[in-house]
Amino acid sequence: MTNYDPAAPRRFLWLVFAFIILWPALLITQFNPLLFFESTNLQVLGNFLGQFFPPQTARDFLQILFKATLETLAIATAGITLALIIAIPLGLIISQSLSISRIGPANGHLLWWSMRYIARIIMMILRGVPEIVWALLLVRVFGLGVTAGVLAIAVTYGGMLGKVYSEILESSDTKSCRVLLQLGSGRIVAFFYGLLPGASQELASYTIYRWECALRASVVMGFVGAGGLGQLMDQSMKLLNGSEVSSILIVFLLLVLLADWLSYEVRRQLL
Amino acid sequence: MGFEFKQVDFCYGLDQPTLKNLSLKFQVGETIAIIGPSGSGKTSLLHLLGTSLRPSRGIVSLFGKDPWQLSALHLQKMRSSIGLIHQSPPIPLRQRVITAILAGRLGQWPFWKSLASLIYPIDIQGPAELLEKLGLTGRLFDRCDQLSGGQLQRVSVARTLYQGAQLILADEPVSAMDPVLADLTIQILKEDALQRQATFIASLHAVDIALRWFPRIIGLRDGAVFFDLRAEDVTQNLLRELYASEAGSIPTQNNQQILGL
Repeated sequence: MTNYDPAAPRRFLWLVFAFIILWPALLITQFNPLLFFESTNLQVLGNFLGQFFPPQTARDFLQILFKATLETLAIATAGITLALIIAIPLGLIISQSLSISRIGPANGHLLWWSMRYIARIIMMILRGVPEIVWALLLVRVFGLGVTAGVLAIAVTYGGMLGKVYSEILESSDTKSCRVLLQLGSGRIVAFFYGLLPGASQELASYTIYRWECALRASVVMGFVGAGGLGQLMDQSMKLLNGSEVSSILIVFLLLVLLADWLSYEVRRQLL
Repeated sequence: MGFEFKQVDFCYGLDQPTLKNLSLKFQVGETIAIIGPSGSGKTSLLHLLGTSLRPSRGIVSLFGKDPWQLSALHLQKMRSSIGLIHQSPPIPLRQRVITAILAGRLGQWPFWKSLASLIYPIDIQGPAELLEKLGLTGRLFDRCDQLSGGQLQRVSVARTLYQGAQLILADEPVSAMDPVLADLTIQILKEDALQRQATFIASLHAVDIALRWFPRIIGLRDGAVFFDLRAEDVTQNLLRELYASEAGSIPTQNNQQILGL
């Protein structure tokens, strides 16, 4: 009788493998935790963090902050709205569960297949390029400001949403949709009557989560001049003005809380 | 113009064929019950008629045409004139009853009409009348997850009635209903088919319902036709042989002795 775990060598191999992968990654990133504890570095960080309290509440700064917050909300919302315009048709095209040819091959089968393929490639390109790169490109075209940020979000998130939408639709119960296709309805109509009622909650909650991500992304893009809270944060960071940074961060947390609440409310409504 | 199975085989994947060398003919306007033990191929037969399955061999001809030779558009049109009632109704549970019933006409309505109906129901009178007939008065604006299994089956029946199909297929349409409702529902379906000269084919678990309402009975065993007779010619012995695999007990609504024998 063997009294050792037969799976142990395998597990040990995986551990070694993970280490082999991780070690060069740490080297390449010049990861050195000791730097953190060097006295001068600690002091700089400490000073900066020390300024976080109290947060900046001067009237004129709050006015600027308010305007920047509205701008960020506008960028995220407009960006997601445009993204929906890209994502909904793409998601519907590539969703296999809406395929009529699956319940009975007929003419035009190849056409649909190639359309699905092209849509997949478009989405891959859209979401394959990070939003910050899109923003940098678009800033060259539209100049510094909000437009570049909105379009960057629209393009990247359009690709992401389309992909996830199609996956949600495929994983939801497709039987009722197939039945509608079988009584002769078209694809779009079958989607509205057969798939949407079951999938709406998940679709809505994912869209709101993406809106929350867009809020964060718009801040990152602010650093490259695409407007909003990010641009303000960039300025405050450069001046090492901790109290302003902390005010901005507080607004930020509030925005995330808002997104959470919104998601909860919408899901409750759709239940 | 009728319906015909010409030496049809059907198998799922590489398994044993579910239907073997099946040849059958139905006239337009006929009312037919298909009975047989579970696994005998009743559902496959109905789904072949409903063009949701394609025969592995042979031809299933509908309205005198082979659906699998039609263009996409013509196939879609043919499908809109076939109504299939499923045993477990595939209706989204979050959908309202009225929407589920109106969905029966999606194959006939133009695109704009189908979408407009989601904003405000195009027809309220029609579905309401059907529900009243089926004993579901007042449930029109309820959500389907508030209904019981039997009520949902009746909504599914209402959808097919609303569709106004020329070929009505029903796969154990009353399995979740009590005997009184089951009889009522079958009667309504049958009357509707007669009125419109439509063909009505139902698979049934309860043999007594089949014998009571259907003039022609087809007994299916092991994927082949065991008998194809007028209801009055179906004998107790034939039924016992048909259900031999289920220890010879003949399934009925309340498992009482049938045929008065």
